[in-house]
Amino acid sequence: MSWTLVIVLALGAYAFKVTGLVILGGRTLPAVVERCLALIPAAVVTALIVKDTFTTGQDLALDARAAGIAVAVVAAWRKAPLIVVIVLGAAVTALLRHV
Amino acid sequence: MVVACLTLSGAVGVFGFSFGVGSVAAGASVWQTCALSLFVFTGASQFSAMSVIGAGGSLGSALGGALLLAARNGVYGLAMSRRLDGSLGRRLLAAQLTIDETTAMAVAQPNRREQQIAFWLTGFALLTFWNVGTLIGALTGSAIDPRTFGLDAAFPAGFVAMVWPLLADRRARLAAAIGGMVFLATVSFLPIGVPILLSVVGVLVGVQRPVPPPVGTEVSRP
Repeated sequence: MSWTLVIVLALGAYAFKVTGLVILGGRTLPAVVERCLALIPAAVVTALIVKDTFTTGQDLALDARAAGIAVAVVAAWRKAPLIVVIVLGAAVTALLRHV
Repeated sequence: MVVACLTLSGAVGVFGFSFGVGSVAAGASVWQTCALSLFVFTGASQFSAMSVIGAGGSLGSALGGALLLAARNGVYGLAMSRRLDGSLGRRLLAAQLTIDETTAMAVAQPNRREQQIAFWLTGFALLTFWNVGTLIGALTGSAIDPRTFGLDAAFPAGFVAMVWPLLADRRARLAAAIGGMVFLATVSFLPIGVPILLSVVGVLVGVQRPVPPPVGTEVSRP
């Protein structure tokens, strides 16, 4: 991994935080922009979940991770705390790899 | 509030540990890994960059996906700016702590004073636990195979916990479905990391105005 990534990501991430909190301050964005920005985590994080669960590189894969994440989804649905969801997802995946 | 903050910190410490292990496994040094957690300090972006780099994606696509995810902290900043007081220096420090968890803890409090306490308390607790977790993970990193402990599944599991509450909203569910499907449809032929960038088209669901709930009277359409 390059330092360029570390530095650009650090500056970029801080720039977003400062823009919202310090520069724009109490001002409001156009409603349509706020609605779209608010949907970024749902769209992008879901894609990341799919990526880390069902792919290896550019290939689709169905392996122990799918079972681990299925259990994590059930735990999240049952409103389990964050730590329980993470540990269950990891533990189920690890266990299936050992059987 | 303190109990909720400590429980959250514990989880974030464990998540930081898996980030540390995964980041070293993806080819980052211990210093780079710790610098990411200290200076970027927004977990989803860090995991996204690491995941794309670890899979062999380019620098540009790793940065693009990570920065898209970082953009939401700007929205949280807008929400927090109405609740925090203080000098410019204080606000610049507060900006670094403006992430999912601190915003959520703050806005859940009943009044302005408690909102500020919750924000700073959660902010410093998470900053500490996230970075200590990362350091321990990064130092452990090369000694264990993340796959043995299912740590590669810890990231998506953490993301599931993060995204689930959002899906109570119909538009968020639609955005999530579009994001996931765009990724699946393009992963096999686009360069690694680009499908994650493309998944952002899901947010276009937000262009449509929210439908007001029915008031019980029948609305005639032209």
